[in-house]
Amino acid sequence: MARSLDSHWSIDATTVTFNGRLTRVSAVFLVLSAFLASAVEMVEALTIVLAAGVARGWRSSLTGMGAATVVLAVVVAALGPALTVIPINALRVAVGSLLLVFGLQWLRKAILRASGFKALHDEDSVFATELEQARSATHVERAGLDWYGFTLSFKGVLLEGLEVAFIVLTFGSTQGSIPLAAVGAATALVLVAGVGVTVRAPLARVPENTMKFAVGIMLTTFGIFWATEGAGARWPGSDAALLGVLAFVCATSALLVAHLRGQKRRVLVAAGTEA
Amino acid sequence: MSRVAAFGRFWWEFVVGDDWLAAAGIALAIGATAALAAARITAWWLLPLSVLLVLHFSLRRAVSS
Repeated sequence: MARSLDSHWSIDATTVTFNGRLTRVSAVFLVLSAFLASAVEMVEALTIVLAAGVARGWRSSLTGMGAATVVLAVVVAALGPALTVIPINALRVAVGSLLLVFGLQWLRKAILRASGFKALHDEDSVFATELEQARSATHVERAGLDWYGFTLSFKGVLLEGLEVAFIVLTFGSTQGSIPLAAVGAATALVLVAGVGVTVRAPLARVPENTMKFAVGIMLTTFGIFWATEGAGARWPGSDAALLGVLAFVCATSALLVAHLRGQKRRVLVAAGTEA
Repeated sequence: MSRVAAFGRFWWEFVVGDDWLAAAGIALAIGATAALAAARITAWWLLPLSVLLVLHFSLRRAVSS
């Protein structure tokens, strides 16, 4: 049975409609994007919590994680309802602009990694670095907790979680369904936390670099789509244009990766010739 | 650094990142899209094209630095 979100939107188990218009494509992208972005951030947060727990004790690390989760819940609870009262076009142009700027950061880093101009993200290496720093820090006790372990875990979860909250709130509010975006994020949380508790090690086998590339593409795609609509322009084909924008962003990224890989090869060949 | 400045710096780095020129380029492109749409001129093509150019020049800056 369909549930009404406001006067224009309604949602049931499989579809989201706007003024009766089917936007299943958007709904699938919404959940998938929220899931991927959340999973990537949660894998990074897990690495920090594990390093803090192993080096400084689990009590401080888990308390830091819990405190950050409470702060994030307050942020989402305060901003979520506030966003729903903003007129949809103003919201789309503001959120579209933010997502586009934010997404281009992800995409630029992903393209630089894929073309060899930036080191690939490696959870094992991050874990080793965090662990070494945590072990060498001096012990200061506050409120019965190891303060370094608490703050390391708190800051890690809060910073990574803020990105998740930002994506869930912006995607959700602009698509008219924060709950649908939250489903994607919650699924990622359950999955990452479940696997993390089971293996008790950094999730280095997660194809993080590929996922980051996918998230960059999704954020940029949604950013272009919503900012254009919010600015008052209309897409040919309406919501189906989202697929066209996605194809355009994928093709652009692939071309740029190929171009930069060629450049990298030429630089290496030139360096070899000189040597 | 004061707490307010540190707070502002955090959000700047969180949203804009290390290439403010890319963010400025996107802001200009969205403004131009709104201007074209207000003048009833087809404008959906402008932002994708701008993203292509902004990304290209942003990557060039990153690689050369």
